Amino acid sequence: MIIRKSPQEIETMARAGAVVAGTLAVLEESIRPGITTGELDAIAEEYIRSHDGYPTFKGYKGYPAATCLSPNDMVVHGIPGAYELGEGDTLSVDVGVTLEGFVADSAWTFPVGEIAPEAQRLLEVCRSALEAGIDQVKVGNDIGDISQAVQTAVEGAGFSVIRSLVGHGVGRSMHEDPQIPNFVTSYRGPTLRPGMTLAIEPMITAGGPDVYIHDDDWSISTVDGSLAAHFEHTVAVTEEGPRILTKRAPVLVP
Amino acid sequence: MASKEEKIEVEGEVTEALPSTMFRVELEGGHDVLATISGKMRKHYIRILPGDKVKVELSPYDLTRGRITYRHRD
Repeated sequence: MIIRKSPQEIETMARAGAVVAGTLAVLEESIRPGITTGELDAIAEEYIRSHDGYPTFKGYKGYPAATCLSPNDMVVHGIPGAYELGEGDTLSVDVGVTLEGFVADSAWTFPVGEIAPEAQRLLEVCRSALEAGIDQVKVGNDIGDISQAVQTAVEGAGFSVIRSLVGHGVGRSMHEDPQIPNFVTSYRGPTLRPGMTLAIEPMITAGGPDVYIHDDDWSISTVDGSLAAHFEHTVAVTEEGPRILTKRAPVLVP
Repeated sequence: MASKEEKIEVEGEVTEALPSTMFRVELEGGHDVLATISGKMRKHYIRILPGDKVKVELSPYDLTRGRITYRHRD
């Protein structure tokens, strides 16, 4: 069942989204060679709680941390810990915040220092695929239009879309209907209506689309070891078009 | 946090073994699907023969293809 949100509820989600965006900005500044993913998670949790939010992921089906931090060929759901970032790594950061009962969810893949040109291209393609998907968020379109825009952007650049992981509705809880695949099938999915709130999240690889789950039952990596990228925004469907609720605020340069 | 694609699980019976570890499975309710076997079953070398009762995972996006995740003991 798809839960549509009132304008007031969407405002609350936007405030949760601002905390998510702030957390991503703080982590972007903190990411450098030598820091561990455990240290980054602590920074994120401190930031979220000091802004009256709750880290949605913590305790979700027993998940032990505030963020998912997935380096290199790990796609999503990496549990923060002893892993020390190295020059040339990429790190996918996924953050969810609950504020006054509403959830916003966003992800970003960051470079650690200088990265290879092909890695840089993978991140740029994933980010523009997310933008292409968001551009399809119009009343009257269906979920399949989002899927198609994402898939075209990714495969047109020679990369692969992961099949077994999908975007989702979000708001009252982290995972709501509908599922939002990053690929097209004969099923076009539900039609977009005002008040729907969607987590659109291309997850792509520089190699094949297959992934596996690690023994920790959470972390998911590419089978062929190829590099992965993940960008995600929480977006509300409005009569005026898409409204990004987790928009990264411009950072003031001192 | 990404959501795992939700699968539909159904029971069925293997009717035909096809090349490259594909099987035709008749599902409870009658319709046929083409099914591969899951990685775990490959790893543990579980043999599947026509007549076996199996559990099949289907994607809601493509109901004609599935993945055999379990073979019932007879």
